[in-house]
Amino acid sequence: MATLKINNLEKRFKQTEVLKGINLNVEEGDFLVLLGPSGCGKSTLLNTIAGLEESSLGEILIDNNIVNDMDPSERDIAFVFQSYALYPAMSVKENIIFGLKQRKISKEKIDQSLSKIAELLKITELLDRKPAQLSGGQRQRVAMGRALVREPKIFLFDEPLSNLDAKLRIEMRREIKKLHKNLKTTMVYVTHDQTEAMSLGTKIAIMNNGKIEQFDTPKNIYNKPSSVFVADFVGSPSMNFIKGSLTSNNKLISFLPNNASENDVINFTHNNELQNNSSVLFGIRPEHIFLKKTHAARVTKDENFAEIEVKAELHEYIGHEQIITFSYLGQEILGKFSSSIDVKIDNKMTVFIDLNNISVFDKDTKQRI
Amino acid sequence: MLNKKKVSRIFLFLVLGIFVFYYITPLYVMIVTSLKTMNEIREGNLFSLPNSINFESWKIAWSGRGEGTSDVFLKPYFFNSLKIAIPALIISTFLGALNGYALTKWKFKGANLIFLLFLFGTFIPYQAILLPMARTLGFLGISNSPFGLILVHTVYGLGFTTLFFRNYYVSISDEIIKAAKVDGAGFFKIFFKILLPVSLPILVVAVIFQFTQIWNDFLFGVTFSFGENAPLQVALNNMVLTSASVKYYNVDMAAAIMAALPTLIIYVLAGNYFIKGLTAGSVKG
Amino acid sequence: MYWLKKNLPKIVLAPSFAVVLWFVYGFIGWTFYISLTKSKLLPNYEFWGIHQYVRLWQMPRWHIAVENLFIFTTLFIILCILIGVILSIFLDQKIRSEGVIKTIYLYPMALSFIVTGTAWKWILNPTMGIEKFAHQIGFENFQFDWLVTPGMSIYTIVIAGVWQSSGFIMAIFLAGLRSVDDEVIKAAKVDGASTFSIYTKIVLPMMRPVFMSAIVILVHLSIKSYDLVIALTAGGPGISSDMPAVFMTKMAFGRSEVGLASASAIMMFATVSAIIVPYLYSELRREQDAK
Repeated sequence: MATLKINNLEKRFKQTEVLKGINLNVEEGDFLVLLGPSGCGKSTLLNTIAGLEESSLGEILIDNNIVNDMDPSERDIAFVFQSYALYPAMSVKENIIFGLKQRKISKEKIDQSLSKIAELLKITELLDRKPAQLSGGQRQRVAMGRALVREPKIFLFDEPLSNLDAKLRIEMRREIKKLHKNLKTTMVYVTHDQTEAMSLGTKIAIMNNGKIEQFDTPKNIYNKPSSVFVADFVGSPSMNFIKGSLTSNNKLISFLPNNASENDVINFTHNNELQNNSSVLFGIRPEHIFLKKTHAARVTKDENFAEIEVKAELHEYIGHEQIITFSYLGQEILGKFSSSIDVKIDNKMTVFIDLNNISVFDKDTKQRI
Repeated sequence: MLNKKKVSRIFLFLVLGIFVFYYITPLYVMIVTSLKTMNEIREGNLFSLPNSINFESWKIAWSGRGEGTSDVFLKPYFFNSLKIAIPALIISTFLGALNGYALTKWKFKGANLIFLLFLFGTFIPYQAILLPMARTLGFLGISNSPFGLILVHTVYGLGFTTLFFRNYYVSISDEIIKAAKVDGAGFFKIFFKILLPVSLPILVVAVIFQFTQIWNDFLFGVTFSFGENAPLQVALNNMVLTSASVKYYNVDMAAAIMAALPTLIIYVLAGNYFIKGLTAGSVKG
Repeated sequence: MYWLKKNLPKIVLAPSFAVVLWFVYGFIGWTFYISLTKSKLLPNYEFWGIHQYVRLWQMPRWHIAVENLFIFTTLFIILCILIGVILSIFLDQKIRSEGVIKTIYLYPMALSFIVTGTAWKWILNPTMGIEKFAHQIGFENFQFDWLVTPGMSIYTIVIAGVWQSSGFIMAIFLAGLRSVDDEVIKAAKVDGASTFSIYTKIVLPMMRPVFMSAIVILVHLSIKSYDLVIALTAGGPGISSDMPAVFMTKMAFGRSEVGLASASAIMMFATVSAIIVPYLYSELRREQDAK
């Protein structure tokens, strides 16, 4: 269990900057998730922390020691790879203890650690098999075993669940969360799956194009995304963005959607004073739109909601939920509701927006206002 | 009404069958001729079978006619080729494996350029290096000795073995090497304990290829050695070329078959496997 | 110590690399330099310009060699690819005895050129070979003395060469055919294409890289032809089936014309490079793009 600090990390590959000015502060026992789309640099960052890639600038500190010049095996870390990376010619047992043997740990200690880990991960019967004889889920557990047996200061995971089928993925996700709860070791986890990130992480760093867009708790990332990118990336279906303009009168804000009349203004209060802005994006998540006044009232605080006129266009049924596509003043917004409510398509209707959960972004900078 | 599919199937087998004959015929002719007596050869034709199976010409081809004759026979040269081939292929294969490993699993600047230089080296016509090599072997005092040819074959085999192993290791996941680094294994430990155990397929390809190249070589053999130190193919050619008064075609054929036997046997046993490895490299380029 | 560990890969590569640099590039450089000198029996390091090349191109014997190379290469490539493509397509038709047939088609590759030359020399023997066989089965007037006819001897080398190498071309085309995505073929079948047009309009065009590889390999084999010529015709009758590789050796070691021989060797090298370099460039580019 250790702290991880990253200061102004930069990495250049040939002519492109792959990591730009990364700053992170991970506490002991944190579960940090690096979340982002393909190519955003999250794997590169993880590999750099591990020492498998070199950084061009900046420092990496584990437990306040600079580790930039240390080999991966000297940093006291463990790494679980996306493809599991098991040694094909060795048995499961040899795979797991390979690292311990390199460190010349005594045979008794090795056997001890091995049986403990094998029991924990339920792979004792598999010890003499070769990786080729194992299923995907079994290989994944062996990869975890190889990492666990090192008893490292920090665990690093590089999309370890991507190659598993959906059901197994959810199961293993829970296993990893349990592991973190029991071991309390600091973990850094890379994924592109936002559900995985939200459920596993105590802290999430959303990355885009080599930079960290937002570094915060899952709750804050969900409720108070700092940019359009973050708001759009997290949440399924993603946040609705309504184009319009903003006028501010002290702390009373008025949002006027494009092509709308004066009657369609949405008024709300804000903690800070805002500047008038002619192009903003008004963000509201599909789950924060309600069909019945009573529902809205029940959920929002102080009955803080707005009414808008929409027309239901499309209807998608997903089991216990349904997603309705509405047209609103020429723009498209999605709403997520329980399937028990009957919604008539091609009808004009009123829906209710929870004003405690809106986000407003400047259209050009894409940053939260 | 004859099924259209059946007709094309028959046509297919006809064509394939014709080519089977095309490829087999020379071998058949060689075998059959080698088992005939000279009389049978003069009376019969290429394809006629011998009256009885006669291995006399095989004996002559292998160990000659006995004392007092100056004919070439294959036995000593067979072992010359063996003495040359085995060390050369061991060294070039081992170095090729290490090279392929270093080039693919350890990123450094210029790795691609170095590989290109190796690769280009495999395409050069050897005429461009015959003269300087002859002089160099002279300087080193190993011209006309097995060591000379071992050096030559090792040097010019390096490009091929490096190519094979490099292409093979490229397709082995880098993450396995990373895992080994995290586990604390160093350069050689990773090579011997992790990569080599899974290299058997390409090792077979490299060894078979090298052996075939060296065993079947004529150009290097005839340029860098003569007389007793010549490798097998040179001896075979000398034997056949001997414009003595009588040409013993049956002995010639027997000799040719014997010279071809090692590579032929290897090929029959491991051939398809070898082709798979070789074409995988060629098709991908 | 850290430096050692960090640079270990380079250190490991260094000996092989040095060897290649010296024995390949260094030697070619030496040969090139010598081609610019007056060297006869022994190397003479005095610069003489391109006179050897002028001499070379004024020699009728060299002209014959180059002409033969051209004839041989053209026929060699056309026939090997034709046979290779046809056989590979036929073998692609799910035949049960495919393994055996493939082995038979490919075994000539395992033979040395000397063995192949020796065998075909016997088969094409003017009085005892195929001519005699034809006579014995009734074609009294059949003549096949190409081997000893100056104008035709080069074609015997074509026959033997094609026999030896066409199987390999078949193998690489077969591998190429097999790497075509099944789904493309299925889509074509749904579109109603016949097997013939599937092959000619869809599959073969996808084989462009394989064609390129095949041509490069064949050209390369052809330029290097030495062993086969020596075994089959020794360049004869006379010098009628001479090829550049044979020419070079004869000049270098037979006639003590080291400078001239070097010039011919460099000509061979330049020709090979002109084909290989663009090919390698495009192949490596393809590999990079695919990453």
